[in-house]
Amino acid sequence: MGGATLSKTATLREIAPGFRKREERGRLSTGISAVDRLTDGGIARGTLTEICGPVSSGRTSFLFALLSRATRQGECCAWIDASGSFDPASAFAAGADLSRVLWVNCDGNTEHALKAVDLLTQGGGFGLVVLDMADTPEREVRRISLASWFRLRHAAERTGAALVVAETKISARSCSAMQIEMKRKRPVWVGKLLRGIRAEAESQKHYRAQSAEFTAVV
Amino acid sequence: MFACIYAPGNLPLLIECARFFSPHIEEIGEDAVVFDVRGLTSLYGPPALLAREMDRRVGVTANIAIAGNPDAAIHAARLRGITVIEAGREAEALARLPLNLLGGSAETAELLDLWGIRSFGEFAKLPPLGVAARLGDEGVYLQSLARGEGRRQLRPIEDALRFEEVMELEYPVELLEPLSFILGRLLNEVCRRLGARSLATNEIRLRLTLENAPEHLTVLRLPVPMLDAAAFLKMLLLELNGRPPAAAVLKAALVAEQVRPRRTQQGLFVAMSPEPEKLELTIARIRHLTGPDKVGTAELVDTHRPDSFRMQAFAPGAVKMLKRECAEEPRLALRRFRPAKYAQVIVAQERPVRISSPAVSGPVVMAKGPWRTSGDWWRVSPWKRDEWDVETVAGGLYRLYQEIDSRRWFVEGSYD
Repeated sequence: MGGATLSKTATLREIAPGFRKREERGRLSTGISAVDRLTDGGIARGTLTEICGPVSSGRTSFLFALLSRATRQGECCAWIDASGSFDPASAFAAGADLSRVLWVNCDGNTEHALKAVDLLTQGGGFGLVVLDMADTPEREVRRISLASWFRLRHAAERTGAALVVAETKISARSCSAMQIEMKRKRPVWVGKLLRGIRAEAESQKHYRAQSAEFTAVV
Repeated sequence: MFACIYAPGNLPLLIECARFFSPHIEEIGEDAVVFDVRGLTSLYGPPALLAREMDRRVGVTANIAIAGNPDAAIHAARLRGITVIEAGREAEALARLPLNLLGGSAETAELLDLWGIRSFGEFAKLPPLGVAARLGDEGVYLQSLARGEGRRQLRPIEDALRFEEVMELEYPVELLEPLSFILGRLLNEVCRRLGARSLATNEIRLRLTLENAPEHLTVLRLPVPMLDAAAFLKMLLLELNGRPPAAAVLKAALVAEQVRPRRTQQGLFVAMSPEPEKLELTIARIRHLTGPDKVGTAELVDTHRPDSFRMQAFAPGAVKMLKRECAEEPRLALRRFRPAKYAQVIVAQERPVRISSPAVSGPVVMAKGPWRTSGDWWRVSPWKRDEWDVETVAGGLYRLYQEIDSRRWFVEGSYD
């Protein structure tokens, strides 16, 4: 390697002059104190966050809590529903102000969902954009190129929107700033009633692996 | 201060001229208009200069009068040329006008004629008490007019503006691209006219007359008033792309509904929100992908029927103070299958023990229910069903229901 020799204590800026630290643009509280502690205050704005997990692992309950908190702060939110499974009554019960939620029902068309999330994120003005692919087959999600994820991440960075993707397995890889894996612990049955589910959120991209448990109640 | 322009048979010209000076215009028959010119002296200088400016703008030979009240201005406009009446000198200025301009009933006119009263000035000089005793209320009113002491309010004309542009084409246009130029021109003209009157629009209707086919109507409804011809054009083209005309276009007619423009001021500490104009275009693009009724805001319907909501246009207004508190604990969400998945369910001891459906299959380890719900029995589409919450061996939690009438089972959704 010719030219100047880097010392052992060279900073990242010296090694990569174009490097700039991602600007911290605040965080959106999830409304679940245990998960807020896990994520240092919530979902970071201007980044792409992945929430993954199997069926009944609490992904949607977690997202509705986030949606509820964001709409109550006056944020405009977009819910891009790849599989058409969004239940407005559940979102309302979680406390979301539905008049501030733009719902795009893509009826199982992942390509349309990606285009819609791209248009909305590029347009700006939304505080929270959720791409719900939790029911989308894994092979279809895997087909999304890294370039598409990068484009979405870049749009989120530029507009300051918190872009959250719900899926079954991590897909955006290095493009996501935070990856939260949801695990189902157990359902809570009381007598003849389903009272809720106990779920665990585990931060996958944190420098120290941590997890938080919460209960989503009916 | 009021101005009157008198030019027999030129009413449209007079209205157009008056509109340049004031929005409050009253038509006087077919020959004159009177309008409010208060506050215009700071723009045009003294009333004489203002009257000269009106004379320059009107474009036809006209009498122009400016006075302190509408009636005095109307009467003074019968004097040739420009008349400017100073405050308090109305009676003097109107004195030489013939009495027949005053109006009133035929009996009163005949009586005054018998008395030898021929002009405004002569009538004005009569003692008011005597006029009241002999001619009554009508006489008192007419004498106040003759003295230039009218006190009535202006009765402005209703603005019957219609923002419509029509273009008949020389030859039929089949492709959207050449049509876009025509639509752009129509939209620009409509937006220019709306803008000149500080108006906007929230609905645009495009009517295309087709060759050997019925008319093609496209309606663009906007949740907020807008005035952006370029955005309208893109939205119209998206609509036409999604639902193109059945034949070549012969004529295009575009009508815009007039509404007051949106005026909002964002607060420093208010969360950001998308620009309505830009958002509307984005939504139109997404709607073009997903189809109508798939994009918007879900509004819950006041019924117990499951999955009842209606799609509304997304128009986030001011932040509402919701009475409902944010739940301390997250609420369990349901992910719906639309439509609900038909399932084959094995029941043992009156409980589901195995499900087989496109959404989920396998043994059931826990089932709680049934919970019977029903409603709308007074309508043509009643519903009645038994709901179960079940946990499969794979760990998934689902909501099952059985229709009471058909005895068929469905998976409504998964708890997540």
